[in-house]
Amino acid sequence: MSDATRLSVFKTYKLYVGGKFPRSESGRVYEVTDSKGKWLANAPLSSRKDARDAVVAARKAFGGWSGATAYNRGQILYRVAEMLEGRREQYVREVADAEGLSKSKAAAQVDAAIDRWVWYAGWTDKIAQVVGGGNPVAGPYFNLSSPEPTGVVAVLAPQESSFLGLVSVLAPVIATGNTAIVVASEKSPLPALSLGEVLATSDLPGGVVNVLSGRTAEIATPLAAHQDVNAIDLAGADDVLAKELEIAAADNLKRVLRPQPVDYAVTPGIDRMTAFLETKTVWHPTGSLGASGSSY
Amino acid sequence: MPTNASAAAHALTDVAASDSTLRRFLHGLPGVDAVGLEGRAASLGTRSIKTTAKAYAIDLAISMVDLTTLEGADTPGKVRALGAKAVHPDPTDRTTPPTAAVCVYPDMVATAKEAVAGSTVKVASVATAFPAGRAPIAVKLADVREAVSAGADEIDMVIDRGAFLAGNYMKVYDEIVAVKEACGAARLKVIFETGELSTYDNIRRASWLGMLGGADFIKTSTGKVAVNATPANTLLMLEAVRDFRAQTGIQVGVKPAGGIRTTKDAVKFLVLVNETAGEDWLDNHWFRFGASSLLNDLLMQRQKLATGRYSGPDYVTVD
Amino acid sequence: MNMENLSSVFAYAPAPESRSIVDIAPSYGLFIDGEFTEAADGKVFKTVSPSTEEVLAEIAQAGEADVDRAVKAARKAFEKWSALPGSERAKYLFRIARIIQERARELAVLETLDNGKPIKETRDADLPLVAAHFFYYAGWADKLDHAGFGADPRPLGVAGQVIPWNFPLLMLAWKIAPALATGNTVVLKPAETTPLSALFFADICRQAGLPKGVVNILPGYGDAGAAVVAHPDVNKVAFTGSTAVGKEIARTVAGTRKKVTLELGGKGANIVFDDAPIDQAVEGIVNGIFFNQGQVCCAGSRLLVQESIQDELLDSLKRRLSTLRLGDPLDKNTDIGAINSEEQLTRITSLVEQGEAEGAERWSPACDIPESGYWFAPTLFTNVTQAHRIARDEIFGPVLSVLTFRTPDEAVAKANNTPYGLSAGIWTEKGSRILAVANKLRAGVVWSNTFNKFDPTSPFGGYKESGFGREGGRHGLEAYLDV
Repeated sequence: MSDATRLSVFKTYKLYVGGKFPRSESGRVYEVTDSKGKWLANAPLSSRKDARDAVVAARKAFGGWSGATAYNRGQILYRVAEMLEGRREQYVREVADAEGLSKSKAAAQVDAAIDRWVWYAGWTDKIAQVVGGGNPVAGPYFNLSSPEPTGVVAVLAPQESSFLGLVSVLAPVIATGNTAIVVASEKSPLPALSLGEVLATSDLPGGVVNVLSGRTAEIATPLAAHQDVNAIDLAGADDVLAKELEIAAADNLKRVLRPQPVDYAVTPGIDRMTAFLETKTVWHPTGSLGASGSSY
Repeated sequence: MPTNASAAAHALTDVAASDSTLRRFLHGLPGVDAVGLEGRAASLGTRSIKTTAKAYAIDLAISMVDLTTLEGADTPGKVRALGAKAVHPDPTDRTTPPTAAVCVYPDMVATAKEAVAGSTVKVASVATAFPAGRAPIAVKLADVREAVSAGADEIDMVIDRGAFLAGNYMKVYDEIVAVKEACGAARLKVIFETGELSTYDNIRRASWLGMLGGADFIKTSTGKVAVNATPANTLLMLEAVRDFRAQTGIQVGVKPAGGIRTTKDAVKFLVLVNETAGEDWLDNHWFRFGASSLLNDLLMQRQKLATGRYSGPDYVTVD
Repeated sequence: MNMENLSSVFAYAPAPESRSIVDIAPSYGLFIDGEFTEAADGKVFKTVSPSTEEVLAEIAQAGEADVDRAVKAARKAFEKWSALPGSERAKYLFRIARIIQERARELAVLETLDNGKPIKETRDADLPLVAAHFFYYAGWADKLDHAGFGADPRPLGVAGQVIPWNFPLLMLAWKIAPALATGNTVVLKPAETTPLSALFFADICRQAGLPKGVVNILPGYGDAGAAVVAHPDVNKVAFTGSTAVGKEIARTVAGTRKKVTLELGGKGANIVFDDAPIDQAVEGIVNGIFFNQGQVCCAGSRLLVQESIQDELLDSLKRRLSTLRLGDPLDKNTDIGAINSEEQLTRITSLVEQGEAEGAERWSPACDIPESGYWFAPTLFTNVTQAHRIARDEIFGPVLSVLTFRTPDEAVAKANNTPYGLSAGIWTEKGSRILAVANKLRAGVVWSNTFNKFDPTSPFGGYKESGFGREGGRHGLEAYLDV
């Protein structure tokens, strides 16, 4: 097209698992094309074993990430936005290719995605105040409900919105301290795989986010059945797959967020965070300052 | 359960070796959660004691009363009347058991002794500058010796709460030991004034301190402050005597005093004894009520059980 | 009485609560659209008193056709009920709360007869909590705009609710109060062994003047529950019961728009550190596993005791268990009542036998077991390890498994080492340890220096296989709102 004198260097797209960039354990790749069918890259075709490895990595990262201060998580999510901002042009190009958008429309998607990280970065140390709180029980007890992350969450990223949609389902999961295994848009996985590169350089501990590409149904099935996965977001599943996965998820009573129509351009509410939060309620006797105040 | 003083000397012999060992021991006792303690006491208070169990409880309670008068206005006449009532609480029903003791000031011991002569009723005397306990040790010991030589069977001493709250546990301990010695054959009840110790942790520590010092009874209160015996502080002291016996083999009695006025209350305390320390304590050698007006309510309830109709204050004696 | 008699033991004479306060009819129908009716297929079943095996009444047994009828009635009632101003719905709920308070003793006796639990518990725990729950959610009905779910949150529609037998009326309250407050209508299936208090509740709805069809009560077996869950016109499913059934429900509703909350099993760890307030801890352990004969999903069925105080604690615990009074549930002094059913007794017995077979050491205080009825003596297992079935399976009976730990880390690891995550207890006088351990426990309710406390304002529900969603408090509204 432009410079015939220099041959460009292709990027080998890899998975992002446990803070590392492995190829698929299967050794297989699949061809990713743009909206007009032009070859863009070969993406790793993840197998059940990649899914298993990702769960192990996510579980291992859970203690540290959920135990980090909310302030620290907020700083890191904001850092993700900063790093994306610096690579804005790359994502605009990838999103334009993936979704067949004009430069300006793709740019709007990327800007919104960056802003979404900022939005969730600010939520990390506020959500507990909004959904938790003290309960005025009828007795001499201190009683406090606090939200806590559910654990390891499998996220099927939306198929159509390859970047803004992805960020919109991933950021709320990790903002509250969960760790995630994201299955990228099957057709357009490249922005998701590139996101791994940004996450790896944003102080986000390895394993907090694990990105897999490949056939959604193939990867999601073992994840939905995995006994060490606590929840699943079915955003990227069609109705038939969603039902199958929900049935499989019942085996260990995963929290399931069913697919629903979402306008990713609109500022989200807190639902995607609360979907993957547990409420823990702690009681403790208060008593009186001294025994002398009590009588019968 | 036999008492065995040498066992104590063996098991806890080093505890009172110094101020610091004593402090470490008392502060090493398990803590008390106030809400849990009060909840347990309240839940035992819901026991429903009816018919034969109630008749048993009322007579047992009467037999455990330390019928008390501790007024500045006490006179020999008042004390004699009290003694007569202790021996025959209900003149209309001679099957009524006598009370355990009468409890008076030291200068009334001789009078009280005469009044209860020939009965099982003991004479208890408060001593050690009751109720404040603020006097030099020599005065306190003289107080005790006077009462004992006048014939007191039992001495109700008060601890030095100031010393206790200041953390001078050794001073409190030494006083108890000295008073115990001055008691000779008389049984020693050690009053903590739990209302002034304020916290349950303090009451548990005081209980052990008293028992280590040789108390035959531990007693809640003088009856002279705002908060006296409660189910919770008595439950706590019952746990202490239970645990002390388990550790040393020595059985110590408990006496809640002040504020127990009705049969219903007294029965609640007996339930506490039954379910905490156990039946070994359900005997006036090991459990007492320090009370005055309680006795008449017990008598009215006793008459009600006997006759099936409610009694009234005109049918029990006012002394 | 003379002094000699005073040496006899302080035996509490029987103090039975009067049964005459409750009038149980010989038979009861299904409560559909404000009327008591027979089942479409005419089926009936008997409910018995577990303490005597006496038949209390014959109950119409709901089937699929009845479920359909009830859902239709609820659907029809939904239109007007959801359109009522919240303040009006509130007043109905306040009325119900007050009538429950007025009839509390009657309902307590009824519940004790049908369930087998001690009157002390129904009178002092179940019924006060039932009334409080309705009172609490009544107040929410006209304040939903301020509950944090956006302006004017909408109800879901018809709520299908299936409840267990361990707290029959309390679980009904936990289900019905928030459902009605938020504007939903209800089809509720009580457990087959304890249908009576729900049917009496139907009468309370009548006394309160609740519009027809807003509450429908369908006594029946598991098939009726399954029909309620599967009915296509049910918008919300709420279930309290076993994890196995909970999983089945999760599969049934897969692929639908039905909102689900599940409150399932547990294997709660009650952790006692060496600096615990021992006497209160003993009470907490007893309350944790012997309250309601241990038939409590959040029971503290695993005692994790620090090894250094194991002997001391077990001595205290055994001494305390020897004072528990097992017998006639209507006696006000009874601490341990009957097991709810023969089936449950069989399950408990079988798990306890396995515990023995696996080498754990079994201990029970001496206690007389009545000749008729379903009974199980309070039981303690020592020498239990995490590998024993009695340390992993929910026994749902008065059986405590005692395990030891050496360090706080180990305590937390063992406490969390279960697929369940409903409740846990922590006993220590060290405040920072309470907070650190509470923070690490994967359980929905953590009781520190107390156990088995409940309140309508306090959210309740589990992590992991103990279910999802919360009941109680502001959180409990979410389950019944389209948010």
